[in-house]
Amino acid sequence: MLSRLKRATVENELLYLFLRKPLAQLALFVATMLIAGAFLANWIAPTNPYDLTSFDLLDSLIPPAWTETGDARFILGTDDQGRDLLSAILYGARLSLLVGLTSIAFASVLGVSVGITAGYLGGRFDAIVMRIADIQLSLPAILTALLIDGVARGLFPGAMHDELMIVVLTVAIGLSLWVNFARTARASTFVEKNKEYVQAAEIMGQHPLRIMLVQILPNILGPIMVILAIDLAVAILLEATLSFLGVGVPANQPSLGTLIRIGTEYLFSGEWWIVIFPSLTLIVLIVSVNILGDFLRDALNPRLR
Amino acid sequence: MTLLEINNLTVRYPTRFGEFTAIEAIDLNISEGEIHGLVGESGAGKSTIGAVVMGLLESPGYIASGNVNMLGTDLTTLNPTDYHKLRGNQLGMIFQDPQTSLNPLFTIADQLITTIQQHNEVSENSAREQAIALLDEVGIDDAEGRIDDFPHQFSGGMRQRVVIALVLCTNPKLIVADEPTTALDVSIQKRILVLLKDLARQRGVGILLITHDIGVIAEICDRVTVLRQGKVVEVGPTTNVIAQPTHEYTIGLMAAIPLIGKRLERFQNIIAEEAPSDDNTQWHVSGASAEYAEHWLHENYTLLQNQQQAVASANSDQAILVVNDLEVRYPPENPGWFRKNLGYQALSDIDFELNRGEVLGVVGESGSGKSTLAKAIVGLVDYTRGSISSNGIVLEPGSQRSRKHEARRRLQMIFQDPYSSLNNRRTVEQILAEPLKFYSLVDSRADRRKLLASVLQLVEMPQQALRKYPHQFSGGQRQRIAIARSLLCLPDLLICDEPTSALDVSIQAHVLNLLKDLQDEFNMAILFISHNLAVVRQMADRVVVLKDGEVVEQGDSDVFFTAPSAEYSKLLLRETPSLSILN
Repeated sequence: MLSRLKRATVENELLYLFLRKPLAQLALFVATMLIAGAFLANWIAPTNPYDLTSFDLLDSLIPPAWTETGDARFILGTDDQGRDLLSAILYGARLSLLVGLTSIAFASVLGVSVGITAGYLGGRFDAIVMRIADIQLSLPAILTALLIDGVARGLFPGAMHDELMIVVLTVAIGLSLWVNFARTARASTFVEKNKEYVQAAEIMGQHPLRIMLVQILPNILGPIMVILAIDLAVAILLEATLSFLGVGVPANQPSLGTLIRIGTEYLFSGEWWIVIFPSLTLIVLIVSVNILGDFLRDALNPRLR
Repeated sequence: MTLLEINNLTVRYPTRFGEFTAIEAIDLNISEGEIHGLVGESGAGKSTIGAVVMGLLESPGYIASGNVNMLGTDLTTLNPTDYHKLRGNQLGMIFQDPQTSLNPLFTIADQLITTIQQHNEVSENSAREQAIALLDEVGIDDAEGRIDDFPHQFSGGMRQRVVIALVLCTNPKLIVADEPTTALDVSIQKRILVLLKDLARQRGVGILLITHDIGVIAEICDRVTVLRQGKVVEVGPTTNVIAQPTHEYTIGLMAAIPLIGKRLERFQNIIAEEAPSDDNTQWHVSGASAEYAEHWLHENYTLLQNQQQAVASANSDQAILVVNDLEVRYPPENPGWFRKNLGYQALSDIDFELNRGEVLGVVGESGSGKSTLAKAIVGLVDYTRGSISSNGIVLEPGSQRSRKHEARRRLQMIFQDPYSSLNNRRTVEQILAEPLKFYSLVDSRADRRKLLASVLQLVEMPQQALRKYPHQFSGGQRQRIAIARSLLCLPDLLICDEPTSALDVSIQAHVLNLLKDLQDEFNMAILFISHNLAVVRQMADRVVVLKDGEVVEQGDSDVFFTAPSAEYSKLLLRETPSLSILN
């Protein structure tokens, strides 16, 4: 009925809706600030927390600068080893984001390829792959990640641990999250493959690979973007959880999860700042990414509008 | 006595581009026992009027001015509770799709008895008796036995009868019927229309019949209102409006309606299709013109045909398409372990030939296997017995047919739904360039663009369309793009599966004219599939009639339409609304 009005493009529509959602705008602002802060950590952090020579044990457990016993050099205070907490958070967020982003990239490429292929080909391939996905879905993601992490640690000798730890962690998180992408891609492919533009390509005799990549993939990107945003938060959280449990990143390169673990040991002895600030950073990051994911889901789903 | 009176009604929808006026200053009145037709093309505001009368106008739409009077009450001032009492009691509505307007989880008895008890204080037993009487009245055989069935146990036409019974069970004074027969086959449509007419006559119910189909209007309506873009164009007794339209739009609309009784060479005096508005009309490809595309197509057709003749000179007299003893059987959903389950037989014993330059119409009701036939030919569905060949070359069942099969290019298909037959994420240029690249017809990028711009002009589209995405075009325009895509494959045979059934009549006329022009110009063969006999009449030289997967009759089109031989063909022709007022 609105054909008499100007038709809007999808991109246009997204911007229009975004400008009407102050919460999404706030979330984008916060997330951008945190991500920028994390990736510019080298330049904006007061000290380098990875450099053991830059901190002094005498500075340990100093409360934030605005408290009575605070020190102006350490705005958010220091941890048990005299590390500046602000610097540690910035570097830690950088690591958390890096692991989160690479693992989600890995998970999405793997999941979407498997999902499109299963959806388009159907039959036996679909049945086998999707049963594997179902089995994995019945296990908590954290368990899968722990399992893969543990197996990898057993396979590699101790000396290689530190270099490989981050890679292993990324793969472990990626492998525990691919299922969401696969299921979404498969379901959307089922819808798209029965549309007539795909049949037209089949009639021409186009290669199945080309049909999947050129014809179908661009049409299912919408729902995949949504999963991408929501699962990014899950990936960051998984990394933090694994690091909290002590099986994540190496201890000399603390991520947000590692910082929180260190902090909990001091929570009841009155040094609250070590656990509070990394936790707050993590919460704010996760919440803002989730709000953006929700916004994207609502915006791309015309029925919820 | 006047039942419903709509005065100066205007409905607006606020949108981000400003206020959208769906209907403007509409006046309309319906008397008791009158069937009032509301006709117009998509976007004319027909359903909005129905929604306002029912009090079901969807947010954010609102009534900007005017009132709706029914027996002295202004419906626009009613509060939701009072409206709720009125609906069902005095107002009833019949929806388009009987598949979705009944609740599949409750039996027919549940749905009828609840509705009757909602409005009258009667015991369950007497409500049940009333329900049975109603089902009987709307023509359901063995109403007493079938009342405890679930909706899915009824066929589409029967379900629509149940919906009508449901509407009648509170004895409404006015029924709004929104496209009540659009989802039904012609033979069922006719019976539902007769039923509606009887209701109006016997019970004195006023009916507001909303439809896009002039044939339906001509069949049963007493008076008709023609709408265009939210405004009343013409109103009056049906015979006057249809036979002697006075407004320019109505005249154009009538000219665009295909008549089953006569074959037109081309549709004349039809309403011009709205040109797509463009902010950048300056953009064009130099050297591109419809003539260039025509020239290119002719040249390449000749070239390819000479090649083919050199290869297959021995069997040069072979037809473009020979279908021999074809059977298509869909595999069973759950193959039995012990019992042999043969699956569902969609087509059997199909035999026909199609020669160069010939148009073969395939007609039949839903489920007759028309689309399966098209899919078997192009290779989307495997056939299980028989053979298909083209120019003497065998076309294997779809899954065995090579991707590089020589005939793939020569057989192209135009689909029913122009909204899903073009990939929405690719520009028109990318979509059209596909066949040229894929079959290596034109290799240079610049030449390709020139040809694409030209072919768009050939199908009467502006060159600027190249840079846009399909969603920026209307259904008719998209269908033209789809035709252009097929044309660029240089097909010998174009398979059109209901190419115009998703389009408005005036746009349908344009697309049919275009297909005829192209067919004349390039001497293609066309397999034209449609449920609409009047459209097939305009296009086809010969006709094949399918019923339940079998050929009932085939032969010359003129003979079929004037003197059909099979009983089923006679029935089909008789049941199709004929617009006999015009003849």
